[in-house]
Amino acid sequence: MNFFDWQFAWSILPQLLQASLNTLLITFGGFAIAIVLGLFLAIARRSRQVWISWPATGLIEFIRSTPLLIQVYFLFYVFPNYGISLTALQAGILGIALHYACYTAEVYRAGLDAVPRAQWEAVTALNLSPLSAYRNIILPQALRPILPALGNYLVAMLKDTPVLSAITVVEIMQQAKNIGSESFRYLEPITMVGLFFLLLSLGLAWCVRRLEDRMEEAPR
Amino acid sequence: MGDLLPLLLQGAWVTVQITFWGSLLAVVSAVIAALGRLSPIGPLRWLAIAYIEVFRGTSLLVQLFWLYFVLPMPPFNVEMSAYAVAIVGLGLHIGAYGAEVMRGAIRSVAKGQYEACQALNMSPAKRFYRIILPQALLAAIPPGTNLLIELLKNTSLVSLITLSDLAFRARQLDQATFMTLEIFGLALLMYFVMAQAINLGMRRLEKRLARGRMRGGLS
Amino acid sequence: MNAPHLSPNAAGIPAMSQPIVRFTDVTKRYGNLTVLNHLNLEVAAGEKVAIIGPSGSGKSTLLRALMTLEDIDEGVIEVDDQPLTHMPGRDGRLVRASAGHQRKVRGKIGMVFQSFNLFPHMNAMQNVIEAPVQVLGMNKREASERARELLDMVGLGAKLEHYPSQLSGGQQQRVAIARALAMRPKVMLFDEVTSALDPELCGEVLNVIRRLGSEHKLTMLMVTHQMGFAREFADRVCFFHQGCIHEQGTPAELFGNPQQERTQSFLSAVNEAH
Repeated sequence: MNFFDWQFAWSILPQLLQASLNTLLITFGGFAIAIVLGLFLAIARRSRQVWISWPATGLIEFIRSTPLLIQVYFLFYVFPNYGISLTALQAGILGIALHYACYTAEVYRAGLDAVPRAQWEAVTALNLSPLSAYRNIILPQALRPILPALGNYLVAMLKDTPVLSAITVVEIMQQAKNIGSESFRYLEPITMVGLFFLLLSLGLAWCVRRLEDRMEEAPR
Repeated sequence: MGDLLPLLLQGAWVTVQITFWGSLLAVVSAVIAALGRLSPIGPLRWLAIAYIEVFRGTSLLVQLFWLYFVLPMPPFNVEMSAYAVAIVGLGLHIGAYGAEVMRGAIRSVAKGQYEACQALNMSPAKRFYRIILPQALLAAIPPGTNLLIELLKNTSLVSLITLSDLAFRARQLDQATFMTLEIFGLALLMYFVMAQAINLGMRRLEKRLARGRMRGGLS
Repeated sequence: MNAPHLSPNAAGIPAMSQPIVRFTDVTKRYGNLTVLNHLNLEVAAGEKVAIIGPSGSGKSTLLRALMTLEDIDEGVIEVDDQPLTHMPGRDGRLVRASAGHQRKVRGKIGMVFQSFNLFPHMNAMQNVIEAPVQVLGMNKREASERARELLDMVGLGAKLEHYPSQLSGGQQQRVAIARALAMRPKVMLFDEVTSALDPELCGEVLNVIRRLGSEHKLTMLMVTHQMGFAREFADRVCFFHQGCIHEQGTPAELFGNPQQERTQSFLSAVNEAH
């Protein structure tokens, strides 16, 4: 490979790694929000009160059927008109978190649906408050089998972070583009970014698979 | 609001076209990669795995940028229009996910079908094309519909390589008129409608292909 | 353990005719398990052979090996005087058959399966014309006419456009028979074709087989649990046990006067079940 300028690649590595911190921040920060928000959305969706479940369902379906890019534009460009000013990074994390909260909501829904009916009835019979019911009885059972699915969404979120470059977030892809437009060499930066994502996503996917295997061997 | 619509619809039309051609490429790559994945020939299998892992493991935007920025330069020197980049990038990306779907679908076809074809002395090629693939495609429709909608949503990224799709037009209009809420709201609505159209279309396709067969069953 | 050689006059079969199917010393193993054990069998043209025996004794494997659905480890299978599993090599000796050679010889054999295996995305007519058109290169009109005849013969002339999911088990099996016959095989294999059917549907399938037997000079090999049918229909009955033919003879001989102990215990167990 004599057309790949290794010297150049080595020289831009620090910049790329710097920007990758942003990528990781967005990924893990967004994920943390998404898994909490998703749980609430899932519970709302399953609510028997129609005025809670319908809007929740509508929101989830709408966000899942529309592009992340437009949603992020919406948050970044619409909110300032109404007084809420978010930085690019804030809008980005919020946007990606909200988007994926709707996916994790469906995962939670499957997990909650899988909890045997008898457990829900026991909770009622024991007159537990909703909070302690969920915390002590329902969630521990619902969450274990769905952890791998949630893990897969972590990987998906990582791969979606470059979308935020559209609202000027300097994550690793944007940094590569900047380097490219300055130096007119795109091959090295973009290939390196590709490699970054490949290694990270394969690594995370491997962790998820190991988690899956551990789920198999130890039934509660 | 009325002046927004024509330009957005123009963008939506580009989105529809890219979705259409991209999904054709995706189906073809999915079937070929699935066959490669199932092949007893080692090198073919590894090639398929490499394709699937690389295109699934890296971000779509990275792939689009690579095709758009890197390919025209030495040593590749392949110049592709943004339109072509969009279709190839989207098609190959979703095709990699589709390969896993197709692989599962092909494997779900009953072993007895293979035995019947052997008893009727069919060649492996005819057997795949006439008997196995039709059944696999039908089985692939439910997960395939989700992938198709993913493809639709992913077309928005081609606006970042300056293709005038719906997302590009929306951004353009926003910078011109600052009617941000209406524009992006309308754009979101249009994507939503297109996604539902895909859902509906695929469901009708499934019904047509499954004519006479037991619903929800794979023989 | 070899079966006693078939006495030429036993079933009224012409004594010196060339067997249309011949298994010579065929052995097949699955790991430690020997499923076919130095099996020897000769079937004359036009003969109707029923193969009975306990489950898991390898009866189906015999048919499947003939249909090349399974490979054999030792021995040779010949069809119509041509080796199936082997082919003449360059120096005249027999070598393992290539796929192409197998396809040529395999065309003489047809098979009907326990689970029918109809193509679910095609209706009855399409199922029957598929192979003649795709494999034999027949034109569609010719194949359709022949298919109509065959489906008529099995009693499904009114159901040509029906899909398998719209047919009963017995009807599906009859379509499967028509489909196999459309390829004009010389040898028809029936692998427990009524075992997956409700009892009341067995009759219609057995009737079709009976008609086939009386109206055509087809060689038929049947693995079956239907003792009554075997008794009345077959020219020869083979009792299969532990990978080879333990005992064989005409229905009268085998059912009426079984010589071997294992045969006797099997038959009495079967009788008790009724």
